[in-house]
Amino acid sequence: MMSQAETMGLDGPPAITLDKVNKWYGAMHVLRDVSMTVAAKERVVVCGPSGSGKSTMIRCINRLETHQQGRIVVDGTELTDDLRALDTIRREVGMVFQSFNLFPHLTILENCTLAPIWVRKMPKAEAEELAMSYLSRVKIPEQAKKYPGQLSGGQQQRVAIARALCMKPKIMLFDEPTSALDPEMIKEVLDTMIELAEDGMTMVCVTHEMGFARRVAHRVVFMDRGEIVESGPPTRMFEDPQTDRLKLFLSQILRGH
Amino acid sequence: MSETVATAGRLPTVAREQPPAGLVGPRAWMRANLFNSWLSTAVTLVLGYLILRAGFAFIDWALVHAIWSVPYSADGIANTAVCQNAKGTGACWAIIADKYRLILFGRYPYDEQWRPAICVLLFIGLYVVSAMRRFWRKELALIWVGTLVVIGILMWGGVPGLSLVTEDYWGGLPITLMLATFGLAFGFPLAVLVALGRRSTSLPAVKMLCVVYVELIRGVPLISVLFMASVMFPLFMPAGVNVDKLLRAQVAIILFAAAYLAEVVRGGLQSLPKGQAEAADALGLSYWKKTGFIILPQALRLVIPPLVNTFIGFFKDTSLVLIIGLFDLLTMGKVALSDPPWQSFSTEVYIALAVIYIAFCFAMSKYSRGLERELSRSHRR
Repeated sequence: MMSQAETMGLDGPPAITLDKVNKWYGAMHVLRDVSMTVAAKERVVVCGPSGSGKSTMIRCINRLETHQQGRIVVDGTELTDDLRALDTIRREVGMVFQSFNLFPHLTILENCTLAPIWVRKMPKAEAEELAMSYLSRVKIPEQAKKYPGQLSGGQQQRVAIARALCMKPKIMLFDEPTSALDPEMIKEVLDTMIELAEDGMTMVCVTHEMGFARRVAHRVVFMDRGEIVESGPPTRMFEDPQTDRLKLFLSQILRGH
Repeated sequence: MSETVATAGRLPTVAREQPPAGLVGPRAWMRANLFNSWLSTAVTLVLGYLILRAGFAFIDWALVHAIWSVPYSADGIANTAVCQNAKGTGACWAIIADKYRLILFGRYPYDEQWRPAICVLLFIGLYVVSAMRRFWRKELALIWVGTLVVIGILMWGGVPGLSLVTEDYWGGLPITLMLATFGLAFGFPLAVLVALGRRSTSLPAVKMLCVVYVELIRGVPLISVLFMASVMFPLFMPAGVNVDKLLRAQVAIILFAAAYLAEVVRGGLQSLPKGQAEAADALGLSYWKKTGFIILPQALRLVIPPLVNTFIGFFKDTSLVLIIGLFDLLTMGKVALSDPPWQSFSTEVYIALAVIYIAFCFAMSKYSRGLERELSRSHRR
């Protein structure tokens, strides 16, 4: 099934290109010559020990963090200090955070319609209709009038996914979307993401959920100490790791589960 | 002690679903809070005795033996002999009856004092409307502008039907409300901008300017800012340019209030989790939309208590304009006391003034507590 997906139309212009990206926090070198290309409709899972730079890398793609060397091109637009380029990119790139980051003072529906109305200039009625359709897709339309604080963690994360989708992004970034969730809620969020993957969304996902990676990823990228150590299709990565660092990481992950 | 044992002995017969009778109700509350040990019982009794004594003495002075009016001689001079005799045993409220219009409206022409009176009511109406959440719409800004224009016209006059009354004759409560209202209405938006500027990462010059402004203003007493506005500022002006003293004091208060409020607002901005701004950024919201829809609504909510604290402080600090010769409410009280027959009745005047100040400040504090409760209800985490 996945081998089929791998060969299925992943050519065409790349959605994301990182070319020798470097970043420092003060004297600390957190991204070292990171180069990676994500094709349109490709699904990439990024894994690695904590502090490996995987979150920093994904946050550079929509410039929540700035890189200091190298090039990042998203959907044909290079990320520079130009604010207009940044606006274009953020419009096309949706992001889901580890800590949900819903706006607690707005209702679920308002969370979802705010950006379409004010960034996409969509009429309010249309934005609400769109939001309700995405909330139905993540299976919580009945919560639309509630506030984020009244929802469970899993529900909040599904709202966060719906909120990002309401901007109709071409690319979705997930930054450890299930790490802050209780075990019984992880599945409902992963199911939502799997559904999204089956619809052909371009996805870059930082996660430790190896089952998810096996099921939906075209490619797994393993990072350690700020660099990409190894990458390849999930089956090969998990069953036949080439580097010692990945072997060590996998053994630790498996022991933990 | 014996009572405790008796209660304990009865306990098993009490129905389990309800708390034991001895643990609820006013008697239980008193036992738990006022008489829970021999020391606190003693303190309660001593303090209770003192409070009651002082309370009765005050009622005796303020109501029972109080003098409510005095006779006037043919030429309108008050004969305060009755009050002088009662001094020490009864309050002389006759001074308030005699002077309340001077205290409330200053030297504003006597026959025209309905105008400042309406202005005071308009101010209060404005506060009440602004306090109600269902009026929190864009139209509220128009209501403010409209009301303030009407107040300006009423106070100044100079239009057909209203004689001109220049600022030199204004005084009393309208001045106090004006200084406080304009001071906070203009100071607060300025404070928000300064707080945002001080946190700016992309505009170092703006940030620097905001830091210097806040630190400079906070570093000097309000009195010296008022002095500068009233004495030094005219020296720097070219000859012939004369900015009104009231306006200068008003600007000084706005700048001063803004510096303090800016730090309160900054506290709110700082306590907001970083993820909120990141989520707004990731959705593509521009800086001002992010700030207006996501950051400020949450940050200001967090700082309602210190914000209202500062508001109340500034409402009372407007009385410092006394030293530059503006006739606010407190100053008018002092002016009223300079009238020879009434000179020795300052206590009564200050009590009356205190009641007015307390009414406004208590309303503010009560409202802020209600607002906090209401907002936290729709903001459960």
